[in-house]
Amino acid sequence: MSRKTMPTSRRRVLAGATASLLAAPAIVRAQAKALKLAVFLPRSGYLAPAGQSCHRGALIAPRVLADFGYQVELVHVDIESNPDVARTQCERVINDGINAIVGAFDSASTLAMAQVCEQRQVPLVVNIAAAPQLTEQGYKFLARNFPTGGQLVTNGLKLIQDLLDATKVAPKTAVFLHANDTFGTAQRQAMDKIFPTAGLPFRLLESISYDPKAQDLSVEVTKIRALNPELVLVVTRAADAIKLVRDMVRQHFEPMGIVSPGSPGLYDEEFYQALGPFSDYPIYNIPWVNPKAKLLQALEAAYKPANPNFRFAVECFNVGFTFEALLIAADGFKRAGTTTGPELMKAIRATGIAEHVMIGPPIKFDEKGQNVSIPSAVVQNRNRTPTVVLPASAATMTPVLPMPGWQGRT
Amino acid sequence: MTWSIYLNVVIQGVFTGLVYGLMALGLSVIFGVVRVVNFAHGEFAVVAMYVAFLLFRALGLDPLVTMLPIAALFFIVGFALQATLINSFVGRPEHDQFILLVGIAIIVLNGLLVLFGPDARPANLPYAFDSYAIGPVFIDKVRIYSAVAALAIASGLFAFFRYTATGTAIRACADNLTGAAVVGLNVKRLYAITFGIGLACVGAAGALMVTIADAAPSLGPAYTLLAFIIVIVGGLGSMAGALVGGLLIGVSEALSGFLIEPSMKSMFSFALLIAVLVLRPRGLMGRRA
Amino acid sequence: MIELWRGLEPRQRGLLLGLIVALVAAPVVADRYLLSVLTLILYFAYVGQAWNLMMGFAGQLSLGHALYVGLGAYVAALLWFWFGIGPWLGVFAAVAVAMAAGAIVGWLGFRFGVEGVYFALLTIAAAEFTRVAFDHLGFAGGSGGLFLPYEERRLGEWWNLRGGQLLFYYLALFLAAGGVVLAARLARSRLGYHWLAVREDERAARSLGIDAFRAKMTAVLVSSGMTAVGGVFYAFYYNNLFPGQIFDIGRSIELLLAPIVGGLGTVFGPVVGAFILTPLGEGLIALTQRLGIDAPGVKAIFYGLTLVVIIYVRPSGVWPWLARLLGVGGRAP
Repeated sequence: MSRKTMPTSRRRVLAGATASLLAAPAIVRAQAKALKLAVFLPRSGYLAPAGQSCHRGALIAPRVLADFGYQVELVHVDIESNPDVARTQCERVINDGINAIVGAFDSASTLAMAQVCEQRQVPLVVNIAAAPQLTEQGYKFLARNFPTGGQLVTNGLKLIQDLLDATKVAPKTAVFLHANDTFGTAQRQAMDKIFPTAGLPFRLLESISYDPKAQDLSVEVTKIRALNPELVLVVTRAADAIKLVRDMVRQHFEPMGIVSPGSPGLYDEEFYQALGPFSDYPIYNIPWVNPKAKLLQALEAAYKPANPNFRFAVECFNVGFTFEALLIAADGFKRAGTTTGPELMKAIRATGIAEHVMIGPPIKFDEKGQNVSIPSAVVQNRNRTPTVVLPASAATMTPVLPMPGWQGRT
Repeated sequence: MTWSIYLNVVIQGVFTGLVYGLMALGLSVIFGVVRVVNFAHGEFAVVAMYVAFLLFRALGLDPLVTMLPIAALFFIVGFALQATLINSFVGRPEHDQFILLVGIAIIVLNGLLVLFGPDARPANLPYAFDSYAIGPVFIDKVRIYSAVAALAIASGLFAFFRYTATGTAIRACADNLTGAAVVGLNVKRLYAITFGIGLACVGAAGALMVTIADAAPSLGPAYTLLAFIIVIVGGLGSMAGALVGGLLIGVSEALSGFLIEPSMKSMFSFALLIAVLVLRPRGLMGRRA
Repeated sequence: MIELWRGLEPRQRGLLLGLIVALVAAPVVADRYLLSVLTLILYFAYVGQAWNLMMGFAGQLSLGHALYVGLGAYVAALLWFWFGIGPWLGVFAAVAVAMAAGAIVGWLGFRFGVEGVYFALLTIAAAEFTRVAFDHLGFAGGSGGLFLPYEERRLGEWWNLRGGQLLFYYLALFLAAGGVVLAARLARSRLGYHWLAVREDERAARSLGIDAFRAKMTAVLVSSGMTAVGGVFYAFYYNNLFPGQIFDIGRSIELLLAPIVGGLGTVFGPVVGAFILTPLGEGLIALTQRLGIDAPGVKAIFYGLTLVVIIYVRPSGVWPWLARLLGVGGRAP
């Protein structure tokens, strides 16, 4: 930071402090107007695709929130998939008067920020980050409206049973393939713990971890092909999912189904673009948006004109959760009536929002700041669009399993 | 595990390795002659991938076809780059060159990010999903085509260095710089030509690689590292060595990924690199430094 | 240290004193953002100095120094996580493990005559190998990461590095200062002159009777040990470790930029370099935001451009030029 900026911010702080002393009632009125939020996302670096997707949700949020009675002012920060940047920028925005922070997708950066937020008593609402430890560390100024890796897997496996019941299919063997990164490892650990007691009718032959930086997955697919499972369970990111399916097609490997117990990758726009007709029929069990929710409809309506080159149906996961995090902060502010950290955080912890965007019961946090009741839905790629197929109450199509072969797809 | 599965793995590894070998060839030529450590090598390859991708998107031209014009374009870029910027760094200590090229790599990588966004861009070739079934073995069409193209280019290059005057002159520079200057060779111009050739290889390789991988900015550093591993293992300054090294790395990575945990396969490559550096630093086919 | 002080000219003393006073008193006037940036600067000044000893003084190019940061961080963090052993004790184990790794790398390189670019590649391979290895170490969290718990009741234990920004700022300042003093002492010591000789012309040095192998090994050992302490700092400052981040080659490159930009082989080079690069990064973030440029990656492009310009225009680094400008040039630092 240059020497020119330092005195300015000091002056600003002093001026602000004096002004606040002299104009207390005016400040109280001014504070009650809008909540200043910072949105921290990895818009460059290796997490950029997801970060930019969330960002598109953050950009349209203020308008939608305003229509429903919440006033927010947003500041957007690119953490560059780097915890050093996340930490210093966190300090900077707090200096600039931010009341709460939403973010940050990358668990390492989120943790770096959590410490700062804890020390400076500024609420941090996590939109997406699955590392279980985030809400186990004892931070009081953190709330996460996203399931942990363990919850995703538990819900995901349960839904696989529902899926098999609904389609009356009985695979006997399965292989679990996951990326060897933060998310994939968390899922693997959850799978190792939960699968043995989940009571699913098929046997897990092997769990294979691959390097997410790999240029291609032909070796991994060959390995799976050699085991010849009927079901392939995957935890991947977008780029890997494309390589996986492509190599399956080339090696003429046709399992009964490709199912994800809870991961991104199978519903990214690049996935559909790259694979065309081959992108249909994989299934993923993850939290999803509730098409019947008023807020969701308003969000979609605002999203479409602002993003003509992107499909809401494909981005709704990232957009939905980002919006919900902002909603939580705004709602907490409405109830607290003040922007001071401890009160705001208390209000956020006491959240009970019935009308929200994702499928599931009202948003509530437990004593660790974790929302434990986010359900997953069974979503399948149909006509190159993510489509909810289970539970029946939210479904728009019925699930198809086993999936049709690769040949002859148009 | 039947033998056909192993054969499958090895064959795919061979073909992939040949294309990577072509990319490494460029590095070997540059370092072997000009002695510049091109740490932006992978980033240039990714630029070539994007160019091929764009040409395919806009004009429907198969990268196997656009490979040659792209190589020509990269030759010009390489020539210009060497003649202007890099030349002043030739005699300078390695870490200076390194910083320069790291700076260039950062600029290129992020420039691509700004221009194209972070998503992986596949070239959706009509035959991208096809494979030849030879008995129990599946060979991806894209892999075999690009491998054949890589071999063709490498052979062409080999012929150039063996049988043309310029090629011989360049080899002379690599062998004995002072001697070359003494005999009256225009070293600066030859350097520029060599750098151009090196980048042309990268350009061609990038065009081929977009058929087997998807273009993304983040691939740059990975390819740089891969190129260095191949070159070291194969032998710096040896063209055949770069191809052999590529083959070796391609097959060993495939096999190690198959036999042990796939996420560990890069450990194998690094261990191999360390072993070669320590036990046979000139690589399998390199000449004594 | 007294001789070092006495060795300085009055102008140099004044400048140094001014800098020290400014940094020590900074928390009084600086806000938390600035402090967090300063902490980062001092951290990079310290690890950059460690790298500088190996490259700038002894001439051995290491492009995998993140290996030592990561090993130091993980050893201290694991001892704390599993056994409750605090970093004030864990740091010794961290340094030992990093030195062992450095010894292996050094032995592999120097014993077998691996030099220059080849040695640099050896260091890269070592770091990458370790990165993937740690990705698979279950007890260290694997690629899922290692998280140090945040316990409010322990917040006063400064010897366990449980504390706020202020604690880490002064620790970073202490480390950076210590690094400078160490570098200054080594530069004037016999070992330092051996390093200089080996760096300039190893064969000639050997013919004079200098044990080049020993000199180079010592450089690697000192450098790796020093860097490990930085790793311990990092682990307890961020409280989470991921192999993919801390052993990443990007980190290795990050930490060598400051000494090169500042001035390789000089005592103050890494400090000056850190004071240029880190604020440059932060400033670029602020600039791109103010200009309304919402293109991620633009800041990094400026950063890359700066590197190219600096290495083109001031190849021996900014500090020698700056020192001449301030009139404190002349002798070694």
